[in-house]
Amino acid sequence: MSKKTLFDKVWDAHVVDAIKDGPQILYIDKHLIHEVTSPQAFNELEARGIPVFRPNQILATADHNTPTLNQDQPVKDDLSRQQLEQLSINCKKNNITLYELGHQYNGIVHVMAPELGVTQPGMTMVCGDSHTSTHGAFGTIAFGIGTSQVAQVFASQCLLLTKPKSLRVSVNGKLKNGVLPKDVILYIISKLGTNSGTGYFCEYAGNVFSEMSMEGRMTVCNMSIEMGARGGMIAPDQTTYDYIKGRKFAPKGADFDKKVAYWETLATDEGAKFDMEYSFNAEDIEPMITYGTNPGMGIKISETIPLDENPSFKKSLAYMNFEAGESLINKPINFVFIGSCTNSRIEDFRVAAHFIKGKKKADNVTAWLVPGSKQVEAQIIEEGLKTVFEDAGFELRQPGCSACLAMNDDKIPQGEYCVSTSNRNFEGRQGQGSRTILASPLVAAATAVEGKIIDITKHLN
Amino acid sequence: MEKFTTLKSRAIPLNIENVDTDQIIPARFLKATDRKGFGDNVFRDWRYHKDGTINTDFVLNDTNYSGSILVAGDNFGCGSSREHAAWAITDYGFKVVVSSFFADIFKGNALNNGLLPIQVSASFLSDLLAQIESNPQIELTVNLEDQTISVEELGVSETFEIDVYKKTCLINGYDDIDYLLSKKAEIEAFEKQSV
Repeated sequence: MSKKTLFDKVWDAHVVDAIKDGPQILYIDKHLIHEVTSPQAFNELEARGIPVFRPNQILATADHNTPTLNQDQPVKDDLSRQQLEQLSINCKKNNITLYELGHQYNGIVHVMAPELGVTQPGMTMVCGDSHTSTHGAFGTIAFGIGTSQVAQVFASQCLLLTKPKSLRVSVNGKLKNGVLPKDVILYIISKLGTNSGTGYFCEYAGNVFSEMSMEGRMTVCNMSIEMGARGGMIAPDQTTYDYIKGRKFAPKGADFDKKVAYWETLATDEGAKFDMEYSFNAEDIEPMITYGTNPGMGIKISETIPLDENPSFKKSLAYMNFEAGESLINKPINFVFIGSCTNSRIEDFRVAAHFIKGKKKADNVTAWLVPGSKQVEAQIIEEGLKTVFEDAGFELRQPGCSACLAMNDDKIPQGEYCVSTSNRNFEGRQGQGSRTILASPLVAAATAVEGKIIDITKHLN
Repeated sequence: MEKFTTLKSRAIPLNIENVDTDQIIPARFLKATDRKGFGDNVFRDWRYHKDGTINTDFVLNDTNYSGSILVAGDNFGCGSSREHAAWAITDYGFKVVVSSFFADIFKGNALNNGLLPIQVSASFLSDLLAQIESNPQIELTVNLEDQTISVEELGVSETFEIDVYKKTCLINGYDDIDYLLSKKAEIEAFEKQSV
């Protein structure tokens, strides 16, 4: 029998049929939807008189366009409110479960689905959001789709796709103190570039990932799309099973054991071939920071901005108001954002709280701490982290995508820098004219306390 | 979906690499619940200054250029999966985007909206950009059946790849929903066998 990768095994188990010399019909187990990329798909089905085929396999949340203050009150912005209302109407009409604003399970789609046990190994999952790659942390084929594809899944629970090529990124060794999963993925993208993964599905392998928590694995897989890969996966193991067990939608009792027995078969066979492979040493990775306008423009925090004559590179530095050869250490920073589907899970807030405890936020800094879900928010309070944050002068907001894409009121002002735990440093991503510097929750917390970027490696025991 | 067979048009050169979908259509314009009108805000923050005045340095505001073909730098359409980016580009009036590399999701979204993404070699792209910039009047010819893009008056041409199925869809104006619905029986059989 031919040797298969994790990706092959899950993909092949979901192929319904294939068009000769064309794409395959891939069955989708779970479809997650939110308010921004679903309304046009519902409209399309309605206009064509097509019913939603499998409403029980769809789960909806409101996250992209929601306020992070006063969620118990009506949303002030008319267009945002109408978009949220449209989602409620569409879900009700089509018998789709929706955890709307304020619901105990509401949250960012890529935070709430895993924590409810919806995401499971061996599944195929899609959502009209490119960071759907997050769910690959469970050994799931999960990827972002456009709204036309949302409509296709509504209509048929399937997609027409050409099987992507396979890529494996291995990181082995021992991570240095202060190097978080975010640094690992920022390092990988800085080495490989933003389009190295295009056309591929990525598997992350090596002891660094197998020793990582599920939260850390989600951070890594989340940013697969930032190197162009449609998705990233990590083989399920005991850490995965322990995380899933007991969650709301997880299989129970004997069913769970049966599933685990299947999940155990999913890991890549020894000797299976990948179309492309890269490997890195864990010891080479340090806390990372970005200096440009794409996530591949990253350096170790202690390094200087490289020289490059490419006009697009220069345009990017001009936008950031940085110069080649410059260090970012001691740059004054007025905005810090800890949140987004990359870094808004409980572990991220624990890291931040651990650093912040007993210190004070710098006076020049506006810091937004935005949990990924209502459940994360509840846990922050339960573990006493909220008190730590408030004692230090930080504000804990309510859950949502928030300043990651600045669709709501959480916008970084023109010209300001924001050290952000989110995933994209594109021009204006966090508000028109804003300048984003991507970093881990630890670097973000340290920046908020110091009011400037510091070399965190010198402040760790 | 509109049919696509051939197109002869002038082109607009967007000589920037890694154009992400946040630049094509910023998130603050994603609040609409229908597909129309996004063209007004395509490349919004490059076309207009923050005070709402027109940025005359941006190529879409340069009256020397016009046409329904956008020729852009490497890795076009990276970032978010928002199909609003494809809607905005088509709503503005483009029917073809040429680049040396497209991000996966954007490419799929474009094809699902009758917008043809043509991937050309890096050298063809840099020559093409230079030629359009030196003579904005030149016309490009795209022939989907033959899979060619050419500048007849300069005698240059290149073939491009496209999935056979997608090509058929574009030429006939079909979309994937029609096909998937025709496979309902197979899909239901697959569900029974997988349980």
